[in-house]
Amino acid sequence: MTAAAPEPKANMGQPAPRYDAVAKVTGRATYGSDMPLDNPAYAFLVTSAISKGRINSFGLDDAKRVRGVIDIVTHENAPKLKESKLFSNGGYAGTTIQPLKSADVAHDGQIIAVVVAESYEAAREAANRVKVSYTTVTPSASFDSPGTTKAAAKGQNSQFKEDPKVGDFAKAFDEAEVKLTASYETPTQHHNPMELFSTSCAWMGDDLVIYEPSQYVYGLKNGVAEQLGIDADKVRVVNPYVGGGFGSRGSMTPRTAIIAGIARRLNRPVKLVPTRDQGFTIATYRAETRHEIKLGARRDGKLVALRHEGVEVSSRPDPYCVGGTKTTTRLYACRNVDSLVSIVRADRNTPGFMRSPPEVPYLFALESAMDELAVKLSMDPVELRRVNDTTSEPIAGKPYTSRSLMPCFDEAAKAFGWAQRSVTPKSMSDGDWLIGYGCAATCYPTQMGPSAARIRLQRDGRTRVEIAGHEIGTGAYTIIAQTASERLGVPLEKVSVFIGDSDLPPAPVAGGSNSTASTCSAVMMVCDRVRQRLFKALMPNESLTDKAKETVGIGQTPTTQAAKSDRPLDLEKAFDALGAGVVEEYGEWKPEGAPLDSFKAMHSGHVRLVGGAAMKDKIAYAFGAEFVEVRVNRFTHEIRCPRLVGAFAAGRIMNPRTARSQLMGGLIWGMSSALLEATEIDERTARYVNDNFADYLVPVNADVPGVEVILLSEQDDHINPAGAKGLGELANVGTNAAVCNAIYHATGQRIRKLPVRLENIEV
Amino acid sequence: MRPFVYQRATDPDTAVQVLSAAATANHPLTRATAQPLAGGTTLIDLMKLDVMRPAAIVDINPLAQGWSAIEPGSERLRLGALAKMSDVAAHDEILRNYPVIANSLKLAASAQLRNMATLGGNVMQRTRCSYFRDVSYENCNKRNPGSGCAAMDGVNRMHAVLGTSDQCIATYPGDFAQALIALDATVEVTGRSGTRSMPFAELHKAPGNTPEIETTLQPGELISAFVVPGRWPRSVYLKARDRQSYEFALSSAAVALDVQDGTIRDARVALGGVATVPWRAREAEAQLKGQRFDDRLAQRAADAAFAEAKGRQHNSFKIALGKRVVVRALQQAVTMEI
Ligand SMILES: Cc1cc2nc3c(=O)[nH]c(=O)nc-3n(C[C@H](O)[C@H](O)[C@H](O)COP(=O)(O)OP(=O)(O)OC[C@H]3O[C@@H](n4cnc5c(N)ncnc54)[C@H](O)[C@@H]3O)c2cc1C
Ligand code: SF4
Repeated sequence: MTAAAPEPKANMGQPAPRYDAVAKVTGRATYGSDMPLDNPAYAFLVTSAISKGRINSFGLDDAKRVRGVIDIVTHENAPKLKESKLFSNGGYAGTTIQPLKSADVAHDGQIIAVVVAESYEAAREAANRVKVSYTTVTPSASFDSPGTTKAAAKGQNSQFKEDPKVGDFAKAFDEAEVKLTASYETPTQHHNPMELFSTSCAWMGDDLVIYEPSQYVYGLKNGVAEQLGIDADKVRVVNPYVGGGFGSRGSMTPRTAIIAGIARRLNRPVKLVPTRDQGFTIATYRAETRHEIKLGARRDGKLVALRHEGVEVSSRPDPYCVGGTKTTTRLYACRNVDSLVSIVRADRNTPGFMRSPPEVPYLFALESAMDELAVKLSMDPVELRRVNDTTSEPIAGKPYTSRSLMPCFDEAAKAFGWAQRSVTPKSMSDGDWLIGYGCAATCYPTQMGPSAARIRLQRDGRTRVEIAGHEIGTGAYTIIAQTASERLGVPLEKVSVFIGDSDLPPAPVAGGSNSTASTCSAVMMVCDRVRQRLFKALMPNESLTDKAKETVGIGQTPTTQAAKSDRPLDLEKAFDALGAGVVEEYGEWKPEGAPLDSFKAMHSGHVRLVGGAAMKDKIAYAFGAEFVEVRVNRFTHEIRCPRLVGAFAAGRIMNPRTARSQLMGGLIWGMSSALLEATEIDERTARYVNDNFADYLVPVNADVPGVEVILLSEQDDHINPAGAKGLGELANVGTNAAVCNAIYHATGQRIRKLPVRLENIEV
Repeated sequence: MRPFVYQRATDPDTAVQVLSAAATANHPLTRATAQPLAGGTTLIDLMKLDVMRPAAIVDINPLAQGWSAIEPGSERLRLGALAKMSDVAAHDEILRNYPVIANSLKLAASAQLRNMATLGGNVMQRTRCSYFRDVSYENCNKRNPGSGCAAMDGVNRMHAVLGTSDQCIATYPGDFAQALIALDATVEVTGRSGTRSMPFAELHKAPGNTPEIETTLQPGELISAFVVPGRWPRSVYLKARDRQSYEFALSSAAVALDVQDGTIRDARVALGGVATVPWRAREAEAQLKGQRFDDRLAQRAADAAFAEAKGRQHNSFKIALGKRVVVRALQQAVTMEI
């Protein structure tokens, strides 16, 4: 075992190497724009240079003269498309701002023309030669700009159902022995997955194939069909590999139907590869947020009052919000809780999910405030969490299915050397560098969605698993293969996995960290059906006793141990008895508490996730604790983060290698969200300024010399058959607070606004 | 990118011929229809962004044989303009006798870029001002003379506080040039009438009323070498930036000292990340020369360096930061073991 492949503890799978590792490192993995097309035309986007106003006219002569230009599509001649509703409103779209419909411009970088040419180079050159005359209206950029509107999220966003509250916050806060009121801010951020927002559309008669990085092939297929006005069965979305998503590819963007419409008109495949900077405006992003936290506590640290107010930015037409109060009002024991989420509308593109959408900004506020409270109380921040730890959430009193928050704190504290901390701020240093230690809690809801799978077993043990899941870099291929291998008792090498294709059985969106729990639960169920058929063929007269049930794997709990050790089936004999060469089973699984229309929605590309705080009689979250060492240079005020240590518990760990990789990436991302990543907006024009990888900073290796991930053993039988909580979005939460808490410890200065830049440090 | 003709320069004369023919008298050199190509890490970038639109590029890499030598001598160091940043940064004698040069190169860009990029291209690199690099912004006096300056009241955290004008506040982004200007380097320029030399300090032009004119190079002229007089083992390049590597300076200082018996006999200070051109802080040097070093002196020198600095909405912090960087660089240089 190596650091990259940790020894499995109890209730952990094997650290099997990645199924797709060789394909990826040898360049054989084919991403969307790698897919071969027959005689494609190339599209290049022209995007708006204003954020609000109208297009008066286009000057296209110069562009049309570029050799190889086939067509320039603007609102004046664009293929007509049907509108798509927002995903949260029963539709598929991440935005209802539909470009090329009229002369209106609603945000910076809106698609206003598509140049189609015989080559990418010609299309790009012609796009550079397109001239546009605008009438500009002064836009509202963000919170403080004139012309924005603000209203409560509840009532306008159908997915934001409640502002959680309980008890009498006002009175309790008023009477509290110790009080804290503090405001926090998080910046605009963009996902910037490595793979650009490409799409390729090819028609064969009435059938359309789309090659596009998507985190939801069923959603995209149905959404594009709706916009084109064709039967969804005519559309196929293929993406065996996705070069990162982080939420940006969860809902449909306008580009796909536009390119599909152009391809239909041209009767030729069309390939679009937008630029990095266009990715900032043709997809979604994490909007900036503001928070006010009020905490009231007893002298011994027990919380008696907690209020979290969050404000978020969205576009003019769409009421998107992340509304993280559902988590922050339930994380700690407290009898009197109040909350409010509001949305401010500005002239921006519509924001959307970005890795741990609610928890990243909202826990930044709460976990910073907890640290501030610990300082007020002269308490160890770890102990403050312990005093307020709980086994049931405070709003409705529902029990957590399992909660290893404090074991995570204790393990991480030990590994980090928290005990060596000198408590007084600004008391630790090394040469030019002030040293600070900080910590914070992380948590992420456990979510599941209905999923189907098809499994085909041959008599030699070769197994084919088909499921329209998504490999966004998380390790989906690997753990689906492992699950089938363990459940069927066939060697891992014999399992082939097919995902990323909407012709396969439907799986949910790869979002909300539900994929492992959902797809593996479905795969387990269908594996059991395969075993059951073979068992019946071999022992037709035996009833399915409890023992036998377990043997064929239709028992309730995922007893992979049993599936292995009791494997009585001689495959050859079973196939002979069955008189078949192949067994194939298709099945549809849905989580407990899933809505009635789950399976219908699953096929029509609508997400029906259940879990987290929304369950009826329980609440399910994964937890972790993160510790960081920060160094602040006395002279330059540069801030560096040489050590990140996190301990996490997330139910069954399917594969410690891929889990560690996710969590390590999460810790790095979390540090980055505190110190580096921020999209800068020009207040006057509401335009994104640093829309490239030189100016939008993400960490380089030298920024993260030490990252340690500790996986805790945890068993949870109340969540899903796979027993897995999902951890893709767990580790990048709370890190931002831990960093600021460490900066406070290093410098004595409390920073409440991200990102922290060297100019924000005053030592 | 727009179509262009690619030409290989087989010898300096033809390169100079082609380039000077393409330059017209009333156009800045950066707008000449033919541009020299070295490592391409700035030029190709700007062509893709449609900021530079040459009809022809003249690849000067074939001249490397004559123009890439690294020649340390007892009196002077000569560096060919086509030497790669990485080769110079790793050169033993440069590490020993010119740490300020080695570090200014090593702390720049990334390993991949340093392997491609040349010294000549490096000093000629153009500003990273976002409004300059994005042609969808109309107001940029440097790109589009007379159109205004979007950065002046826009997002200007990375912009300059020294050497600015009311036309342009773009930062000169490079690192190596600070080492050259501090050490009184000269630059060898090859043109139609042969080779001439001038102080490196005269190569770059502050924006003034013509931010589109960035250097004093004449049509067709190419940088062929840099010459650094003397040896400067007591020298430091200190660079403050947002991330640990692969990032331009928010503020940097190139410092070289000649200290004998505790007295500073000669002092060189140049500033990066804060000025529109490679910036020699002669006022700071004047404070230091002939004095015995202490922290108060360092502070006086730093204050003098930034006496004329003017901040804007997002970059005022660079004044205080720049001073601390100068102080620390001086302290480091003084305590260096050589
Ligand atoms: C992401 C990124 C980060 C970077 N970070 C840094 C950094 O931290 N510090 C830093 O200093 N630099 C940094 N750079 C800039 C990099 O160092 C320069 O791009 C490089 O040094 C330019 O050298 P080149 O040979 O590639 O020049 P080219 O791109 O070939 O040429 C640059 C310009 O100089 C002209 N030119 C080239 N050679 C000559 C010559 N001999 N005579 C006259 N004109 C000539 C060209 O026509 C062109 O206009 C960074 C660049 C990138 C892309
Ligand atoms: S600072 Fe200079 S380069 Fe930047 S926008 Fe203004 S004029 Fe253009």
